[in-house]
Amino acid sequence: MSTIQKIQAEIVEDFGMFDDWMQKYEYLIDLGKDLAPIKEQYKTEDNLIKGCQSRVWLHAKHTDGKIIFTADSDAIMTKGIVAILINVLSNQSPKDIATAKLDFINEIGLKEQLSPTRANGLVSMIKKMKLYAIAFNN
Amino acid sequence: MLDISKIREQFPILSRKVNGHDLIYFDNGATTQKPQSVITAESNYYKNENSNVHRGVHFLSGLATDKFEATRNTIQNFINAEHSHEIIFTKGTTDSINIVASGYRSILNKGDEIIISELEHHSNIVPWQMCCEQSGATLKVIPLLDNGSLDMIAFENFLSENTKLVSVSHISNTLGTINPIEEIIEKAQAVGAKVMIDGAQAAAHIPINMQSLGADFYCFSAHKLYGPTGVGVLYGKEEVLNELPPYQGGGEMIKEVSFKKTTYACLPHKFEAGTPNIAGVVAFKSAIDFINGLGLSNIAKHEEKLLQYATEEVLKIEGLKIYGTAKNKSGIISFNINKLHPYDIGMIVDKMGIAIRTGHHCTQPIMERFNIPGTARISLAVYNTKDEIDVCIKAIKKAKMMLS
Repeated sequence: MSTIQKIQAEIVEDFGMFDDWMQKYEYLIDLGKDLAPIKEQYKTEDNLIKGCQSRVWLHAKHTDGKIIFTADSDAIMTKGIVAILINVLSNQSPKDIATAKLDFINEIGLKEQLSPTRANGLVSMIKKMKLYAIAFNN
Repeated sequence: MLDISKIREQFPILSRKVNGHDLIYFDNGATTQKPQSVITAESNYYKNENSNVHRGVHFLSGLATDKFEATRNTIQNFINAEHSHEIIFTKGTTDSINIVASGYRSILNKGDEIIISELEHHSNIVPWQMCCEQSGATLKVIPLLDNGSLDMIAFENFLSENTKLVSVSHISNTLGTINPIEEIIEKAQAVGAKVMIDGAQAAAHIPINMQSLGADFYCFSAHKLYGPTGVGVLYGKEEVLNELPPYQGGGEMIKEVSFKKTTYACLPHKFEAGTPNIAGVVAFKSAIDFINGLGLSNIAKHEEKLLQYATEEVLKIEGLKIYGTAKNKSGIISFNINKLHPYDIGMIVDKMGIAIRTGHHCTQPIMERFNIPGTARISLAVYNTKDEIDVCIKAIKKAKMMLS
């Protein structure tokens, strides 16, 4: 099992403990609050992913064969999901990131949050993370 | 007094559950729900009446044409237009505005001016920007005051003999402000300008009367009036519509076609190229009948009472700020709570079955004016109740608690 898969399994297990949406949302809110802040200098127009509903900033750095992602969002629920994605994909090799399957999102019942119709910037965020990985892999 | 529970029974969707809760629908500014009569009319059209309009000699074509034109007459009466051929069927408000803006591209020249306002929906901004780009005309924007009403002094200062067209909304979809369109029309026409009113948020909520209002153009969408999507109205004064170049070429809109010269059909057909949304137009009549059956002034009274109640109640939530506090307001409440993001609030109340709108509501300049990313918006319709407002406020409080 790759590291990315292992982390995903852990997240699925975490979410399995919740009985209802409220607990799940409260957990997301906490994850959002706990997300390591992005450096102010990286909150640039270039790093901004504009959703219709909420905005996401994403910065990527390639060091020692791994990509370190930092990110932020103006909406806390979006930020919670951003935190999960960072947890799964940051500090991994470009190849692993590029080929990662993110099925766990369905399993933890947040699929709707990652639908393009939600326009919260998350779909574009995943796409951008993968594009960084492909670029750094070459 | 309207019997709201009887009215609610006519809307099948209002008895469905969302996320395990009774649906509470407060996104009427985006689109209203449809009564059974509208749903039946649309399906009955396809079951029993379907044929193309204004074309065939056969029975069904005549029937479809009669039904289609019956809606036009109903709309004429509904807005008290002088002639039925002043009613153009379009795809919706956006389409209606584009028809006029597109026509003005060839009417306007450099030095001419169009006036819009800061509170317009993007669909009453972008077509005019495109029109200015192509005609060389200049766009002037009436600024907003802090309470969400228009700066009428600035508007008067803009007016000159260069003003060719003023296009403002009757009611703001984001702030609920009812604009003083009578005054705008009078003052603009006094300098020789034509006036277009975007009535998308007004037509289902307050009575409108074209002959007393005197607007050159007025438009609205069926789907915000309990009718089907994909149908709208462009009203224009006969002489103004005659001067306006056609928007699209095609069937129906021509008088004679030859490769030497094609001549255009008379009103309203000049602006109705191609096969229209016949089923939608036919069902639209049932929506107007529904509104007429209740009486627009009764609807307005009910919504006004609800607005007042909802405003008082939401303001009890600590840290809640309403955007749009003009004296003359329609049933729309846009708000934020402290620094909470409206998206988060919308997501949480959705889980409790409540549909509110969050975001910039296609009015980014308003968001910029108030320096906010968006708002949460409650917009009312005739079927909404005090009880629903109470449940919604509880849900908003819960969201606030979770997010704070």
